[in-house]
Amino acid sequence: MSYITAENLNKTYGNGEAAVTAVSDISFQIESGEFIGVMGESGAGKSTLLSIMGAMNTPTSGRFVVDDIDVYSLTQEKQADFRREFLGFIFQSFHLVPYLTVFENVMLPLTIIKASRKHKRALVENALSQVGLLDKADRLPNQISGGEKERVAIARAVVNEPPVLLADEPTGNLDTKTSAEIMKLLQRLNTDGMTIIMVTHSPECAHYARRIMRVSDGKVVEDDRTSRSFPTH
Amino acid sequence: MTLKHISFKNLIRRKGKASFVLAGLVIGVSTIVGIISFVDAMTNDINHKLEKYGANILIVPRTENLPLTYGGLSLGGVSFEMEEIRQEELARVSSIKNARNIAALGPLVLGVVKVDSHKVLLAGVDFKASAILKPWWQIKGKVPDDKGVMLGAEAARILNLNVADRLMIKDRRFIVSGILKPTGSQDDQLVFTRLTTAQSLFDKGGRVSMAEVAALCQDCPIEAMVEQISDALPGAKVMAIQQVVKGRMETLGHFKKFSYGISGVILLIGSLVVLVTMMGSVRERTDEIGIFRAIGFRKRHVMEIVLWEAAIVSGLAGIVGYLLGWGVTKVAVRYFIEGHSGSVPFDFELAAGAFILALLIGLVSSAYPAFIASRLDPNEALRAL
Repeated sequence: MSYITAENLNKTYGNGEAAVTAVSDISFQIESGEFIGVMGESGAGKSTLLSIMGAMNTPTSGRFVVDDIDVYSLTQEKQADFRREFLGFIFQSFHLVPYLTVFENVMLPLTIIKASRKHKRALVENALSQVGLLDKADRLPNQISGGEKERVAIARAVVNEPPVLLADEPTGNLDTKTSAEIMKLLQRLNTDGMTIIMVTHSPECAHYARRIMRVSDGKVVEDDRTSRSFPTH
Repeated sequence: MTLKHISFKNLIRRKGKASFVLAGLVIGVSTIVGIISFVDAMTNDINHKLEKYGANILIVPRTENLPLTYGGLSLGGVSFEMEEIRQEELARVSSIKNARNIAALGPLVLGVVKVDSHKVLLAGVDFKASAILKPWWQIKGKVPDDKGVMLGAEAARILNLNVADRLMIKDRRFIVSGILKPTGSQDDQLVFTRLTTAQSLFDKGGRVSMAEVAALCQDCPIEAMVEQISDALPGAKVMAIQQVVKGRMETLGHFKKFSYGISGVILLIGSLVVLVTMMGSVRERTDEIGIFRAIGFRKRHVMEIVLWEAAIVSGLAGIVGYLLGWGVTKVAVRYFIEGHSGSVPFDFELAAGAFILALLIGLVSSAYPAFIASRLDPNEALRAL
C-alpha cells in the first residue's frame, strides 16, 4: 500500500444553491520520498486539497490515509498530534511569530514535545545550519530578508524531521534568485528522503518536482508521473 | 523554550495591551486593599478611642429587687437603701488579672436632695476619673471644689441657676462652679459634686452607690474582665454595657458591608477589563494561534499560553496593587482619621490575599478568551492553506 492514499475526496462549502464544490472526487496515491507539484489556476481547489492533506480541513466525504492512519477518523486533538509528528508546513507568507527570534521560531514545534533541552537545541541548530541561518539565530523576523524568512519557515517545518512536507507557494513572495535557492533547499530535503507536496503557480518551481498534479474545478485533470530529473541550474 | 516563555515574550511585545490589563487589575486590587486596610485602621482607631475613653463596665450593688423604671419613667421610687459597695473593696479591682486594661475607675455616690422646692439627684463623683470616663463633658465654668457643685444643663434650667450662683443643700451652702453643656444623657438632669462631699452629705463615708470602669479591651475580651471583677467583688453585680459594644459593632458592620459591596463592583469592573482586553488580544492573534495549531499544538497548549499571560500580568498586578493600596492607605489615614500616626502595618495575609485574588480574577476572566482561542480552526485562522 502507498504511503499516502486519498480516496474519493470531496469538499463542499455552504449548503443548497450557495454550495461551492472546492474538491470533487479526487483520488491519488503518493509514495514515500516523492516530490509533487500541485498546479492549477486560482480557485481550482489546490489550496483546499493541501489543507485536507494537512489534517486541517475535514473533507465532506472520502478518506485520507497516511502511513495506514485514517487521518479524519482521528479526534481533533489526535489530528494535532498527527500534524506534529507527520507533517511540516511552509506557508506562503512565512507566518513566523514576530516576537520570537529566528531560533525560537524554529524551536516552536519542539516546545510541546518531551525531549531534553540539549537535544532540542541540537535539532534547532541542525535545522538552522541546513538553511544557512545559524549566524542569524538571535534576530527577530523583522530583522531578516524575505528569503531568510522563508528559510526560517523551512527550518521550522523540518526541525522535528517529519516524513511529509507541505508547502503552499513557498516562493510566492520571493525574487527569482531567492526562489531558486529555496527550491534547491527543498530539492535537497527531498533527496534526503522527505516527501514533499508543493502547491505552486510557478512553472520554474514546478520543474523541481518529480510529479505534477494539475487541478482544475476541484478535480485532478492531469497526474504527470513522467520520470523527471531535477534541474541543475 | 516553554509555553510560559512564549506568553512572556508576547506580553513584552504587546506592552500597551499588557499595561492596560495590568492597570485595570492594579486599580481594582489597590482599591480593595485600600478599602480593607482603611476599614481595619478605622476599626482599630474606633476601638481604641471607644475603649480608652468612656465607661464600658458598670459595678452596682447586688439586689433582689427589680427596677420599676421604663424608658426613663419611674413607677415607684428606686431604692437606694440596698447594701452599698465599700470603697476599700472597690480597690480590689486594681488587682485583677487584666488590671492593666483598666483606663479609669469612677466611684459614684447617688442620693436625692432638695434644692429650693425641687427634688434632684445629687451625684458625688471623682472628677479626675470622670475626665476619662466621660470625655464628652464640656463644662462652662470649672470643676467644683469641696464647696462647689456642677449642674447638668437641664438641672440648671429647671433650678434657674448660673455659674457663680449660690444654693443650699441640706443646710450647707454651695456655689455653682460649672454647668455641663447638654450631653443628651441622664447627666443633664443631675447635680454633681465631689465624691467626699456627697459621702459626707449622705452620711455614706467609705461607701459608694456604684462604679463605672473604662476598660481598654483591644486585646482582651470584655466578658473576661467582667468575670474577673465579679470574682474580686462577690457582693456586687458587674455588667458590660452591651449596647455600646453592640452599637459600635453594628456601625462597623454596616461600614464593612458597604465597603465590601464597593469592592465587589470594582472586582467586576476589573474582571470585565481583563475579559475585554484578552478577547481583543486573542482576536488580534488569530494567525499566530493558527500557526500554533497547524504545527501540532493541542487546544490545551493554546489555552495554557493565554492563561500564562493572564497569570503573569495578574500576579504582578496583585503585588503592585497591594503595595499601592497600602501606600494610599498610609496617606489616607493621616487625612481622614484625626490624630492617626499614619502607621499601617504590612499585612502579609492581606498581601497574600491580594495576590491570590488578582490571580483568580485574571485567570477566571481569561478562561473564556482562552477557550475561544483554543477552539480556533487552524485552517480558518490561517486562510493560507
